[in-house]
Amino acid sequence: MENIYDRTIDLGEYKPEPDDDRIICRCEEVTKGEIRRAVHDGMYTITEIRRYLRSGMGLCQGQTCAKLVKGIVARELGVSPAVLTPATSRAPMRPLEMKIFAKEGEEDE
Amino acid sequence: MKRYDLIVVGAGPSGLSAAIEAAKRGLKVVVFDENEKPGGQLFKQIHKFFGSKEHKARIRGFVIGEELLAEADKAGVDVELNATVVGMYQDKEIVVRKGEEVFHYKGNAIIIATGAAENMVTFDGWTLPGVIGAGAAQTMMNLHGVKPGNRILMLGSGNVGLVVSFQLKQCGCDVVALVDAAPRIGGYGVHAAKVARTGVPFYLSHTIVKAEGTDYVTGVTIAEVDSHFRFIPGTEKHFDVDTICLAVGLSPMSQLLKMAGCEMEDNPKRGGQVPIVDEYGETSIKGIFVAGDVSGIEEASSAMIEGRIAGIAAAKYLGYIEETELKEDVEKNEAALEGLRQGMFAPKNRGKLIKKTEEGIDISMNLLKHGFVADDEIERFPGVTHRVGVHPVMECTQNIPCNPCQDACPKHCIKIGEHITSLPAVDEAVDCIGCGMCVASCSGQAIFLVDETYEPGFAAVTIPYEFLPLPEPGEKGYGLGRDGQKICEAEVISVKSTKAFDHTNLLTIKVPADYAMKARFYLAQ
Amino acid sequence: MGTRITEHPILGVPQKGSLVSFTYDGKKIQGYEGEPIAAALKAAGIQIHRYTKKEHTPRGIFCAIGRCTDCVMVVDGVPNVRTCVTPLKAGMKIQTQYGVSAEPFEKQ
Repeated sequence: MENIYDRTIDLGEYKPEPDDDRIICRCEEVTKGEIRRAVHDGMYTITEIRRYLRSGMGLCQGQTCAKLVKGIVARELGVSPAVLTPATSRAPMRPLEMKIFAKEGEEDE
Repeated sequence: MKRYDLIVVGAGPSGLSAAIEAAKRGLKVVVFDENEKPGGQLFKQIHKFFGSKEHKARIRGFVIGEELLAEADKAGVDVELNATVVGMYQDKEIVVRKGEEVFHYKGNAIIIATGAAENMVTFDGWTLPGVIGAGAAQTMMNLHGVKPGNRILMLGSGNVGLVVSFQLKQCGCDVVALVDAAPRIGGYGVHAAKVARTGVPFYLSHTIVKAEGTDYVTGVTIAEVDSHFRFIPGTEKHFDVDTICLAVGLSPMSQLLKMAGCEMEDNPKRGGQVPIVDEYGETSIKGIFVAGDVSGIEEASSAMIEGRIAGIAAAKYLGYIEETELKEDVEKNEAALEGLRQGMFAPKNRGKLIKKTEEGIDISMNLLKHGFVADDEIERFPGVTHRVGVHPVMECTQNIPCNPCQDACPKHCIKIGEHITSLPAVDEAVDCIGCGMCVASCSGQAIFLVDETYEPGFAAVTIPYEFLPLPEPGEKGYGLGRDGQKICEAEVISVKSTKAFDHTNLLTIKVPADYAMKARFYLAQ
Repeated sequence: MGTRITEHPILGVPQKGSLVSFTYDGKKIQGYEGEPIAAALKAAGIQIHRYTKKEHTPRGIFCAIGRCTDCVMVVDGVPNVRTCVTPLKAGMKIQTQYGVSAEPFEKQ
């Protein structure tokens, strides 16, 4: 499958694997099985997976798991990981309390 | 909102180099870095760098870091620390967190030099305390002076895994095994050899089955894998360890570029998501440049040159220099960069199995599988010769861009020639004076002085030694082979440490004559 | 587990700030001012920084450079503080983080 938007392709049954309970997203504690199942539930893009499971949405913002999640989704879809567009990059790039994000400092010109 | 000619994100080797070149050409430059200290990963690199003089070869990474900082200071670069760039928006506007506030800045040009993040692999128990990244180990031991653990297993045989394993040994940790799922060692053979000779066993075609422990790591099980990376039942091996170190590659940290709308591609040869750039490192958005690992994983040496090129190009973009100056200045740097991208570890050769050296000599397969050149393989390399009296034996067996040994010898008895990747050879017409400068200059610690006729029945072998405590002359111990196994008794003849050796002590041991070409490390009794 | 390097063959004797006291879950321990909290804890043999919200499993130092956020703890009452990049100060109150709280799960 080259086009991940092709919804006519049959992925087959979700088959449990022995390491399905292994944590992949360390921050939000999302397991490999949950990610694999989400693909079978129709979540084919990284953005969909993130919204569905919150993987990569925790404190570290996917710094550790982005590549791992991508690999699992790609394998489940039978595509190369390069086919999958990474999740949207947005501010803040590092964990930041909203009260700080909203507080604009002033500096002398 | 404050405005700068050039904003550089990241004060590592490439970012600082970029800022220096731009500031020297008159630009008002600021560098933002999220860390408390500048220098990026350079200050964790305590080994001597490879390359040639122009690449700062044989200088240790942290010293290069200090030099860059001094150069940046002199050029008038403003380096802001504890300043985290949290976003990059249209029209080259960035948001920086400093303390409990955020600040907006506008750059007429921007250079992103954010470097890379470590890749990870998963296995049962990989979230346990005690499973750490190799970068974490380096940070703890080399920046903060705390040992990451006592008994450690390293996963990954690329240069990071090899270099960090050696550093762990240097700070007194026990590295119980170096493991890689790949069938061959990924990093430089000389890095592997200096780890292997200290007695660290290599397990290629092996990976971690599980980390054991309830509250933290107490052990690890590895097993052999087949060509499809599936475990082979019955091959499990257990080690009691308190720490598991992961060194399984790096990925460019390119999120800011994606956020700003730069065109990106997924390029496995460059390590993942990277911006599409031209020869100057300029992205699809004019005036936004990149340098270093963020645009493709390489070494700090090449990152510094890429930084210089991007800094010069930013000066041209803003009209500070003319086209002719750009071409001239960049050309010099590109030649230096090209020099580093030669040899069997060049980016173009990534993943290829090279079986012969440029000289047509068979590569040591034992080196690729076990981390050391076997006794019956070593004699075929041009640096390994025999003669009466003291002489250098250069166990440099792969074509890597490095030539400090050639300049180090005051008698010019080491020849590499014009091609920086050529294997060093001995000029037999010149007499070695046994000064040891070559031994200390070799970034790969692959040069030894051997005197096969030191005393009747005994040979003297001088080895580079970067460990504590330093042995004392007269002390008795064992000679270790290239595989790190005890092969003979040894007596310390002398220990030399001079400023010119830069912390690479020269340890000369007396071994039975039969072991002159076999003993390559010393273990105290 | 995890001891301080007194002398390094390349780097020499580590340069440190002054020795200060702080508390870890109420226990008084010492570390060097300015070093990351995580380094001081590591040197004191403390490995568990927090227990996760869902599975209540232990976590400690993982990346040591402020990226992975695994080493977060409750510092002076503030949760989710990255101890690997937060400098130690005299008198700091460091607590194991359970989920996002300093209260053990059974008390939450």
